[in-house]
Amino acid sequence: MDLAYTPKQRVFREEVRAWLADNVSRQPLASYDTKEGFEQHREWERRLFDHRLSMVMWPEALGGRGCDLIEWLIFEEEYYASGAPLRVNQNGQLLLGPTLMEFGTEAQKQRFLPRMAASEDMWAQGWSEPNAGSDMAAITSKAIRDGDHYVLNGQKTWSTRAIYADWLFGLFRSDPASSRHHGLSFVLVPLDTPGVTIRPIRALNGKEAFAEIFFDDVRVPVDNRIGDEGQGWHVAMATAGFERGLLLRSPGRFQHTARRLVALYQAHRETADRDPTIRDTVCESWMGAEAYALAAYHTVGRLAKGARIGDEASTNKIVWSELDLKMHETAMRILGARGELLAEAPDAGDAASWLEGFLFAQAGPIYAGTNEIQRNIIAERMLGLPKS
Amino acid sequence: MDFTFNDDQLAFREAVSRFLMTEAAPEMLREVWETDIGRSPDLRHKIAEQGLTALSVPEDCGGLGMDDVAWSLMTQELGYYAIPDSLADTAYVAAGLITALPDSIATRSEWLGRIADGSIRIAVGHPVNPLVADAQPSDLLLLSHDDEVHAVPRSLVDVIANPSIDLSRRLGHVVWEPSSATRVATGDTGRALWAAVLERGVLSVAGQLLGLAQRMLDLSVDYAAQRKQFGKAIGSFQAVKHHLADVATRIEFAKPVLYRAAHAVAHGEDDAPVRVSHAKLACGEAAWLAARHGIQVHGAMGYTWEVDLQMFMKRAWALDASWGDRGFHKSRVAGFVLGDAAALGPGRTFEE
Repeated sequence: MDLAYTPKQRVFREEVRAWLADNVSRQPLASYDTKEGFEQHREWERRLFDHRLSMVMWPEALGGRGCDLIEWLIFEEEYYASGAPLRVNQNGQLLLGPTLMEFGTEAQKQRFLPRMAASEDMWAQGWSEPNAGSDMAAITSKAIRDGDHYVLNGQKTWSTRAIYADWLFGLFRSDPASSRHHGLSFVLVPLDTPGVTIRPIRALNGKEAFAEIFFDDVRVPVDNRIGDEGQGWHVAMATAGFERGLLLRSPGRFQHTARRLVALYQAHRETADRDPTIRDTVCESWMGAEAYALAAYHTVGRLAKGARIGDEASTNKIVWSELDLKMHETAMRILGARGELLAEAPDAGDAASWLEGFLFAQAGPIYAGTNEIQRNIIAERMLGLPKS
Repeated sequence: MDFTFNDDQLAFREAVSRFLMTEAAPEMLREVWETDIGRSPDLRHKIAEQGLTALSVPEDCGGLGMDDVAWSLMTQELGYYAIPDSLADTAYVAAGLITALPDSIATRSEWLGRIADGSIRIAVGHPVNPLVADAQPSDLLLLSHDDEVHAVPRSLVDVIANPSIDLSRRLGHVVWEPSSATRVATGDTGRALWAAVLERGVLSVAGQLLGLAQRMLDLSVDYAAQRKQFGKAIGSFQAVKHHLADVATRIEFAKPVLYRAAHAVAHGEDDAPVRVSHAKLACGEAAWLAARHGIQVHGAMGYTWEVDLQMFMKRAWALDASWGDRGFHKSRVAGFVLGDAAALGPGRTFEE
């Protein structure tokens, strides 16, 4: 155990901090769930990329700068501490990216990853279907081989920001006679291909934050398949592990929220203290975020020594999603009657950003595999309890 | 930056676990519960033979010179097996205080030597605890009188026993008179010693609580896997699974908090008290949840004297409020988090 950062790590932190201080706009961008905001965020991502800060962990040849996991944690800490915009291409960069690294051919990596790092291509996810949510193996959308193409038919849903995206990665049934997790393939689909119809779904915040996607004889080259035909479940599960694990939600994000919550409490202390549980919950939020950060460093250290992120990724997902929800609920309680005000309300002040976060926090225990599914995974794979 | 244990530390933990698995089985624990003294001289002898009493003692006094980080693994094992012995009080908490005494205290090296060879049992009377654990069977008591530290032979104190729900905890109300003959530290020195003892005492209990949580989880998983209702193992039902998954999650996220606190104490970091209180709260909550969900999963069997779970639950309930109750530790955390000088937010987990 050596809890000192190396000189190289300190220099990196200083560099990232200085660059962000010079480049993060004081004026927040529009919501990335709108067309205007989406493009603003894409511009921001391009600036990050120009300074090799969009995907610091990726190899330099693929648009990154070859950082290790500790440096990635440092980057993330500085990123969130600076108040920089949320990452608009996280589906691609954080979920598909690592999958391509592990399962993609060299040609596929060269073709997709640098453009993903630069946010030239924006990615949407195509997993859930109307009747395949928590039960993802119930997927019925098909990708039937026809020469050197697949012909896609079916429907995907809950695809985040898909109406603004360029590409989709998804799971399709390539063996029509198969069932459950057999016979699926992991396919990449350009969203401007004829036969693709994207219909936006308004989310809790009133914005077209996700979409359903219809495939009607959509032809996609076989080269767009990741991993072997019929092995899509295996490939997708690796992605799910990344998603539930550290990559999608690094600790800096929640430590930043915890710090903002402490500041909010301090600013409204007199009224907040009328509810004696608020003070305790604020302190618990700091402890929860700190514990999540400590667990991340512990995990990253073990990874560096050759361990793999296993089923404990499911505990991560439960912890960050419930912590995020608790922090935003507490903020709403502190804000009291101002909590309901939208950003355009003249009296909203600092309240509206919390409301926005509160709404999004509602989704945390649901997306990336509901927390009930995570608890099943923990019980069956970590604890060895029998399947239902 | 490496927030993990090295292979030696992990191998040491493994060895301790194997030893205690053999020597501190639940049947033995039950037997010791029924005795008057509540301690097994045989077990203590074997512990000393293994060198476990010598872990904290400096190498020049016959010990191994292990630090708080290694102890954070050791105390989890002591908790996991709920060993009916105050080993950590003597070999960790008291050893730390005595090591920090000035060389001018003539008996310092004698005491350390006896801790190392296992021939002395030392009780620690920190003011945060209203009663002194293991005062009755101790040879020496470290007691406080304002800032002063007194090392008092057992023969000079009266001990009034206060039975606990955990029958292997032997608490005593100690009646004694401070005198210059027993005084080993005063003033700022004494204050600093008691402050350091507090952090080690809390860390010790936090580690034991985490070990207890893991043991209760393991017992509950075993029970849920073999107990059948409606024609199948109750562990296949989601309601039961989720109870146990929540305990596993709580444990996973308490461990690194304990290790961070141990490092802070070992290196005398400024925020050590906050880290230690955070660890105690996280480990205590994991243990109480493991007890609550453990008894629920065990059903009526969990409410019996016969099933082993009870011994671990009672230890967890008892230790949770020792070395400072939750209010004490929450106050220390709040004092930091809500204070003006707090370095909060990303990037402050390891450095100010």
